[in-house]
Amino acid sequence: MTERIEVRKTYKLFINGAFVRSESGRSYEVFSHDGEFLANVAHASRKDARDAVVAARAGQAVWAKATAYNRGQVLFRVAEVMESRRAQFEEELRRTENVSEKKARKAVDNAIDRVVWYAGWTDKLAAIAGANNPVAGPYFNFTVPEPTGVIAIMAPQSDSLLGLLSVILPAIASGNSTVVVTSFHRPIPAITLSEVLATSDVPAGVVNILTGDFSEIGTWLAEHSDVDGIDLAGVPVGDFATKLEALAASNIKRVARPFTGDWNDEPSLYRLRQWIESKTVWHPIGA
Amino acid sequence: MTTAAHLVHLAASDLEDARRDEASLRSFISRLPGVDKVGLEARAAALGTRSIKTSAKAQLIDLAIAMVDLTTLEGADTTGKVTQLCAKAVTPDPLDASVPAVAAVCVYGDKVADAKAALSTHPRGAGINVAAVATAFPSGRASLAVKLLDTRDAVDAGADEIDMVIDRGAFLSGRYGQVFEEIQHVKQACGQAHLKVILETGELQTYDNIKRASWIAMLAGADFIKTSTGKVPLAATPANVLLMLEACRDWHRVTGEKIGMKPAGGIRTTKDAMKMLVLVHETTGDEWLTPSLFRIGASTLLNDLLMQRQKLRDGHYSSSRYVTND
Repeated sequence: MTERIEVRKTYKLFINGAFVRSESGRSYEVFSHDGEFLANVAHASRKDARDAVVAARAGQAVWAKATAYNRGQVLFRVAEVMESRRAQFEEELRRTENVSEKKARKAVDNAIDRVVWYAGWTDKLAAIAGANNPVAGPYFNFTVPEPTGVIAIMAPQSDSLLGLLSVILPAIASGNSTVVVTSFHRPIPAITLSEVLATSDVPAGVVNILTGDFSEIGTWLAEHSDVDGIDLAGVPVGDFATKLEALAASNIKRVARPFTGDWNDEPSLYRLRQWIESKTVWHPIGA
Repeated sequence: MTTAAHLVHLAASDLEDARRDEASLRSFISRLPGVDKVGLEARAAALGTRSIKTSAKAQLIDLAIAMVDLTTLEGADTTGKVTQLCAKAVTPDPLDASVPAVAAVCVYGDKVADAKAALSTHPRGAGINVAAVATAFPSGRASLAVKLLDTRDAVDAGADEIDMVIDRGAFLSGRYGQVFEEIQHVKQACGQAHLKVILETGELQTYDNIKRASWIAMLAGADFIKTSTGKVPLAATPANVLLMLEACRDWHRVTGEKIGMKPAGGIRTTKDAMKMLVLVHETTGDEWLTPSLFRIGASTLLNDLLMQRQKLRDGHYSSSRYVTND
């Protein structure tokens, strides 16, 4: 009897709803916490980031047009698909983050709960971030939240699943699209998440996942004129973060500064509010 | 390479002979060597992989902008839309005066007067031609009388260039003579205006047909041969463009005349445009790298060229917010 040939997985980038190799052809090795070889993953380049921004711009228009209720349904579907893949997520977390089975299970629970939490907020955000403003005149005056646009996200480096979701979800819940640079050393849960997103009715381009090094492509994203906001969650506080903030000012991007807390803490509305713009409409009464 | 070898034996007198009557035209066309499909596509693909960077890229972007026939061919075109298009043709990037103007604006015949009026208000407008599509564009399904009237109408309105479509129905039925004569008549109706002959490559089915149609158009007096109307898919593919450029090159070898070439349809990115310029450089040579012999018919391409130009200038990627719509 012949020995079975092992099917080895080639990890790719997730751009515009498709799994693609890096335009540069580069890849790098990823190891478990114990130094055991896990996989070769694509090493995203500047041009991959550029392509991802193009995809995100196109996807954003589609995603923002969907009703808030529909976005909530789609995010809930993400939670469903994650649930059915939870064994895979747990296994990956155990190996990349060197946690016990019990802790891995808890981490996946938290991650899925976070998806559901943000799924619930999609159609309630307008109620708390919007307003019916009292004005001195015969007008209705409404303020409604609108998505900021394309958000570049430097994902947390150590918390590779819950941290990742905690930065992607607040951006997409309100109708933004994202270009995510994953944790460099722990990219595998993000790759699995991209497979979840690809099968969850999330339109192409809404979430683009680049495995690679933020110190290489972060600057290109920070100064890219077609990126409207940048989340520096995974960038350590320091000179490089400051540099990205300064570059982001070139086209007046919104910036979320480096994150120093614990992703396991109860989420707040801070990040949801970070990626919205307020539109105020005056409407004549009786017209 | 068979093409070149064959044409070494071809003399200007053979072309004269081909123009004599339908039978001799047919005989000439049937003697054109067949196109090696695999070789053609491989060569076009190989030339498309060439990497052009930094200062060479900057130079080619400006050249490509100067070669653009900025086009609007919609049923919904209005005077306002044409005026806007002309403003963009003159000053493609309102924030950067160093950007060259485009070569021409391309509109339907009834919008020629609007385009002329709009261009006349700009100091740089005089250098920009107005091209009109004519002869029952895009289908070409009308009688010769109507096509000629359509042409004269545009010329009388002031069109500097006429983009005509060949009768693909007649061509595909093998009535080469009819196609040839129609082009001749339209050429006559053009007067001083330059004639671009649209082959509509997407409807010609085979590379051999594209080659034959190119030769018929050149024999009949085309100043330019143009790939497509932009209304049919599979328009200006690199292989189609290469094949037509080879026809221009061969014509030049035999007659010494330079026929222009205009790919149109499906050229949307700077990369696509760079590929076209490489094809020109490698096929007809640098003499064709001028707006008087090479044009790119496009509407969305210009914005991508501008964004790439901004990227080279500023060192970071630009956004469609920094270029004008339409």
